[in-house]
Amino acid sequence: MSQYYLFQDSKKCIGCHACEIQCKTNKDLPEGPKPCQIIQVGPKFINNLPKMSFIFMPCFHCENPWCVSACPTGAMQQRASDGIVFVQKDLCVGCKTCVSACPWGAPQWNPDTGKVEKCDYCKDRVDQGLEPACVTTCTTGCLKFGKVEEMTQIRRQRHAESVASLENSSF
Amino acid sequence: MDKDVFSLCFMCSVRCPIKVGVKDGHVNWIQGNPHVAGIDGRLCPRGSAGKSLLYDDQRLQSPLIRVGDRGSGNWRKASWEEALDYVGTRLKEIKNTHGGHAIALGERAQLATHVSKTFLKALGSPNHFTHDALCKGSMNTACRSMFGYTDGQMGINYANTKHIVLYGRNIFESINVKEVNTLMDALEKGAKLTYIDPRVNVTASKAHRYWMIRPGTDLALNYGLIHVILKERLYDAEFVEKWVHGLTDLRDFIKEYTPEWAETETGIPAGEIKALAREISREKPAVIFHYGYRCASHQNEIYMRRSILMLNALMGSVEAKGGIFFKKGPGAEGGKPARKLTEQEFPKIEVPRFDKVGTPDFPLPDPAHGVAQILPYAILNEDPYPIKALINYRLDPLMSIADTSGTKKALDKLDLIVTIDINYSDIAWYSDVILPESTYLERTDCVQQMNGLKPMMFLREKAVEPRYDTVEGAIILKRLGERLGIGAYFPYETMDELVDWQLEGTGFTREDFAQKGFVSYGKSPIFWDRNDIPFKTPSKKIEFRSSLLEDAGFPSFPSYEPPAATPEKKFRLVVGRTGLHTHISTQNVPYLNELMKENLLWINKEKAADLGITDGATVEVASACGKGWIKAFVTDLIHPEAVFMVHGFGHEAKLAKRSYNQGCSDALLQENLYDKVGGSPAYHDTFVTVTPV
Repeated sequence: MSQYYLFQDSKKCIGCHACEIQCKTNKDLPEGPKPCQIIQVGPKFINNLPKMSFIFMPCFHCENPWCVSACPTGAMQQRASDGIVFVQKDLCVGCKTCVSACPWGAPQWNPDTGKVEKCDYCKDRVDQGLEPACVTTCTTGCLKFGKVEEMTQIRRQRHAESVASLENSSF
Repeated sequence: MDKDVFSLCFMCSVRCPIKVGVKDGHVNWIQGNPHVAGIDGRLCPRGSAGKSLLYDDQRLQSPLIRVGDRGSGNWRKASWEEALDYVGTRLKEIKNTHGGHAIALGERAQLATHVSKTFLKALGSPNHFTHDALCKGSMNTACRSMFGYTDGQMGINYANTKHIVLYGRNIFESINVKEVNTLMDALEKGAKLTYIDPRVNVTASKAHRYWMIRPGTDLALNYGLIHVILKERLYDAEFVEKWVHGLTDLRDFIKEYTPEWAETETGIPAGEIKALAREISREKPAVIFHYGYRCASHQNEIYMRRSILMLNALMGSVEAKGGIFFKKGPGAEGGKPARKLTEQEFPKIEVPRFDKVGTPDFPLPDPAHGVAQILPYAILNEDPYPIKALINYRLDPLMSIADTSGTKKALDKLDLIVTIDINYSDIAWYSDVILPESTYLERTDCVQQMNGLKPMMFLREKAVEPRYDTVEGAIILKRLGERLGIGAYFPYETMDELVDWQLEGTGFTREDFAQKGFVSYGKSPIFWDRNDIPFKTPSKKIEFRSSLLEDAGFPSFPSYEPPAATPEKKFRLVVGRTGLHTHISTQNVPYLNELMKENLLWINKEKAADLGITDGATVEVASACGKGWIKAFVTDLIHPEAVFMVHGFGHEAKLAKRSYNQGCSDALLQENLYDKVGGSPAYHDTFVTVTPV
């Protein structure tokens, strides 16, 4: 598993798709490939209130990535230093084996180059001490990038506040 | 060479501060300005698509002169000299024959608006108008009638609010980055959100209370709320006593409008109306009844907006932390604003405006903006006089004014139509000459005066050279002015010189903007003392009983008139926005088009079943003035009396190939009805039939 984690604070996400656009802008991609994508579920009424979910789907940078094992040319690789999974473009022959192998639909097809594109956590930016493009400009700041152990804190904090709601509880 | 440029976005009209990364003369990165609180590097989807616009080869690339029929799309390329000579010669003929007032210029207000206003004033024409009335003219009038300030001089302190009520104000999908984030922070701190709309959207999905109100009855809801607040003395008595003029009149007026009555109009249970009134009053004055942004739905719009402002006044949430406030200008810090070209002296204009604003026929709308939807009537009826030329500057009357066919008929009477734009808008397509403007990334612009709790100035700085043969709008108008003998009103050769001229006397120079992209006049937010608020009404109070209205012959408290009943087998057409597009202007931007190519018609599940309409099926939508085709989105998330579509689709300009003929244009269907007191269009007063095809 990569040492990084990309956390989506779904309570603050407004499903605006700025992450997708910023990602494509940063990678100069044509129409088609979306290395990250927001999938909207709902809205539907739950307890008389309309609710929507926006599920953020980048690459999960698996510990034993199906795509890397499947790639016949060695184009799909995992960085030893931090576990980021990426495509070495000049080795990709467009065979789509990684597309078939990935259970999450992360590898994306670029019709202009006939090669695969995927989320690499913007490793060029990460190497400069910056955050991935999607995180840097996220409209509400609901995307956060960092070490896994730091990311879970937001959910714990919020859960604590909601169970200890001072209006309706004995806390 | 690499550089970072602080500038202002212009993918929508909000103008969020941005930082643009430039490498070898190309834009390679855009993010929000990290130095601006509430922006903190963030950028919305439209702003994130700035590069997609800049490098789009389907945008306008050179001046064009029409060779075939209007709208046929036959153009010939022209040099700037030729195109400007062509327009200049024709404008001169029109001015000499019919007078300067035969020339009108409409624009979506922007940083160089003082330049276009100067252009018309110098020509002797009063006929400058903006898009503002189409968006919120009645709200502007309502604010002036109540406080003596325009809506533009007011702001909302989201950060400290404890409860906010939104009437169709879809904050999380219209996306002003700072507004979204300050409201989100308030929600995070425990603020409550009440959302009222006949249709569910993202903002509704974040609300603690959602009411699917019967369309067109928000005024009845507010009267019900006011009734409870007065009857149960839930208001801020001290504030109201000190500042409200006309409380007794309101008390008498509101007696009959009980929450039980409001329930019959709105469909919202009386008990829930009472509960909101009680709940929100507990948090006063840190509460907001949001007065709206696009406020152009019904013919009694001004009274709906006034009722919202009354609710704020009753809660004491005026000039209050967590409520609404009046913006402070440089003067509040002893500073001076940037100069505007309109401060020059102009020849006196004797004729009325084309929309008759400021005359007894249409006394109350703001003459600084005019009333755009009157234009087709003025041209067709030559009332008050013939209009012969129209310059469209970033404003598309065909898609923004209701009843496109009616507007086209009017345009057909004109001798000259000129458009200044960056894209093939539909009005560019219907013009005689197109003068292409450089995009916001390719031009330096006039100074942005940003009034608020902390007055500031921002600058749009050119990040890269224009990719095509395009020019800044303020330079286009200057060069045109030179051909019309009014060049002296434009004392600059370049945008840099114009900005320097504007900054003279402010105490700031261009260099002061370099470090962070803005300058501040003071350090801390300014709220006025609530015992000493300088209201600008004749009574110096908040005028529930309005002298502005009554002096013009309109009542302050007209009896409630229910919206027209929805005819059998028809629906009230309701329109709105999406976070992915700005009005009519971004549908052809590649990355935005990829995410949303067309609009859909939201229709209630049961009604759709009755009509035999299935989800995703193409339907014909028809009104008294037009019809179009669109795919249906069948859902239980919309009130049965309404159908909804996102504004701005169904483009006719063929060279904007991605957006051409995609979805349906709302303006094609809407009737050109309007609020005859406040001035905004009644975009939601059209009924349509929906038929499977």
